[in-house]
Amino acid sequence: MPPKVAHEPKPIAPDLPEATATRVREVIDARRHLPGALLPVLHGIQDALGYVPEDAVPLIAHELNLSRAEVHGVISFYHHFRTHEPGRHVVRLCRAEACQALGARALEAHAKKTLGVDFHQTTKDGAITLEAVYCLGNCGCGPSVLVDPDGLHARVTPASFDALVASLREAAK
Amino acid sequence: MTTRIFVSRDATALAHGAEAVARAIGNEAKRRGVDATVVRNGSRGMFWLEPLVEIETPAGRVGYGPITVADVPALFDAGFERGHVHGLRVGPVEMIPFFERQERLTFARVGITDPLSVEDYREHHGYRGLENALAMSGEDIVKALTDSGLRGRGGAAFPAGIKWKTVLGTPSPQKYIVCNADEGDSGTFSDRMLMEGDPLCLVEGMTIAGLAVGATQGYIYLRSEYPHAYRALNAAIANAYAAGYLGADIRGSGRRFDLEVRLGAGAYICGEETSLLDSLEGKRGQVRFKPPLPAIKGLFGQPTVINNVITLASVPIILDRGAEYYKDYGVGRSRGTLPLQLAGNLKNTGLVEKAFGVTLRELLYDYGGGSYSGRPIRAVQVGGPLGAYLPESQFDTVVDYEAFAAVGAMLGHGGIVAFDDTVDMLEQARYAMEFCSIESCGKCTPCRIGSTRGVEVLDRIRAGIERDKNIVVLKDLFETMRFGSLCAMGGLTPDPVRSALEHFPEDFEVRA
Repeated sequence: MPPKVAHEPKPIAPDLPEATATRVREVIDARRHLPGALLPVLHGIQDALGYVPEDAVPLIAHELNLSRAEVHGVISFYHHFRTHEPGRHVVRLCRAEACQALGARALEAHAKKTLGVDFHQTTKDGAITLEAVYCLGNCGCGPSVLVDPDGLHARVTPASFDALVASLREAAK
Repeated sequence: MTTRIFVSRDATALAHGAEAVARAIGNEAKRRGVDATVVRNGSRGMFWLEPLVEIETPAGRVGYGPITVADVPALFDAGFERGHVHGLRVGPVEMIPFFERQERLTFARVGITDPLSVEDYREHHGYRGLENALAMSGEDIVKALTDSGLRGRGGAAFPAGIKWKTVLGTPSPQKYIVCNADEGDSGTFSDRMLMEGDPLCLVEGMTIAGLAVGATQGYIYLRSEYPHAYRALNAAIANAYAAGYLGADIRGSGRRFDLEVRLGAGAYICGEETSLLDSLEGKRGQVRFKPPLPAIKGLFGQPTVINNVITLASVPIILDRGAEYYKDYGVGRSRGTLPLQLAGNLKNTGLVEKAFGVTLRELLYDYGGGSYSGRPIRAVQVGGPLGAYLPESQFDTVVDYEAFAAVGAMLGHGGIVAFDDTVDMLEQARYAMEFCSIESCGKCTPCRIGSTRGVEVLDRIRAGIERDKNIVVLKDLFETMRFGSLCAMGGLTPDPVRSALEHFPEDFEVRA
């Protein structure tokens, strides 16, 4: 019979930096009592870190007594959650019909071309992450763009988009 | 006397710079020693005037708009705080034809009151419905709702009274009221405007629903794309708790109702009620099989009333004025009013609450003022991304659930999106399929795979590859999706595609 080896308990999320893990734990502790807590927890993590790190999935799963597959399944289901760190600003472009009726398709093409990115990508200088959104409720005055959590812009043209991006880059300096 | 100056905090007004305008007016008033206070109201729903600034005068509220920060000193020079003449003066706001010709029942307070003030709310008929409901039995509240003829305003138009009656009649120690505030249809913003402009009306409606069916916990499932509504709701709920209108003992009645806002996460499908419930439970928002109905086994398996924002916000006035009052508005089986949303390529966009019976043409031209671009309106999509495209020949369709169904269209949540003659209807059809492929929950094959195949087939038609054969394939796909899908997402996605093909066949021809 081979001798018994005392195992160190395996860390739950070995690839997550300790500081990040602490913040994730704080969010979970503040919200774990809520019925159906996973979405509020994920929102809290994304609000705190800007994204939900893939390396945090085992920790979230462990703390909420869910499987990693369940947590991963929820994160990947919802467009809002991102698993990579975004740029300094997130610019969400509405792609839906009411904005299309006022030129959103052309604006989308312009935005991708001038920023040199596709949706869910970040510009080389790290300033802007471009995301698609399907309706911001500003359908009377499109094309609509939402910057960061609540900076809503109406009647955005390619020219005003460029000005907006320039001001964001300026602010980030 | 302190003059009250109103500047909207509605998201669309903010997108036009209302925040800076409100600040500039406050600063300028202080600088000039003008005795004025700036109130942040909801929007009147006349977006071409935003930021609209209103002055309270003895003769009623006088408006100026659209106002930029640069206009502010000149407004004070002209004496606008006393309602004086200025180039941007639009006169008494409620006499602007777009507004004057509406029948505002659900939106009676929006744009008028301070949205977060319980006191202001009460001064404008607020909480009268709840006071009445507190003295009524659950059965009587449900009967009032049934008698009013109110049908769900989210899109499916199911009679609200029947849902409530089912929940009332299903015994359980825990029941829930869930508000579907996942207003994802493009061209719709009435839920958002109400939540930002009169959130207490929704709070009151949900509280009455709780009293009616015996539910003590409510959730508002709000889409994450509405950060301003999120703030307004949370502030209004906190104020309602502080004033004793929520909590363990509503106004000393011994009745309990608690309310919490939960955020969605950018999934259109979560506007479907069973997906929404799964999402609220912290899961992927996948559609459930029915039965069991949510009214019997809903949130966390308990009996649940789930209604749209406008449905619940229509409850207070029904309980205040009575079922007959509400029912007197409307036509046929469509009773009451519908807050219609004019969107897309229209000159005068915004919110028009009208009794059922107005025609689409009146909305597009008499209210909407024709296209924004000045070009002819070619197509109108009503009812969101799953709604049909209507050609000019159908513009006389009356706003009535059955009348729209009769022409193969859908009134849905009342969003009206106009397109001018530069629109490419094959592209719109393709987008409908693409949107379904992006937003499908993936549970059933016709929706998940059918939408992807739909995009491919339309791409082949555009490329001129076996065009006629592919039209046959497309029509076959309509059948598969319509009859084989679990919910309206897959089931109705063919409607915009089919209507585009039917009414605008020239856009599906092989290009020379």
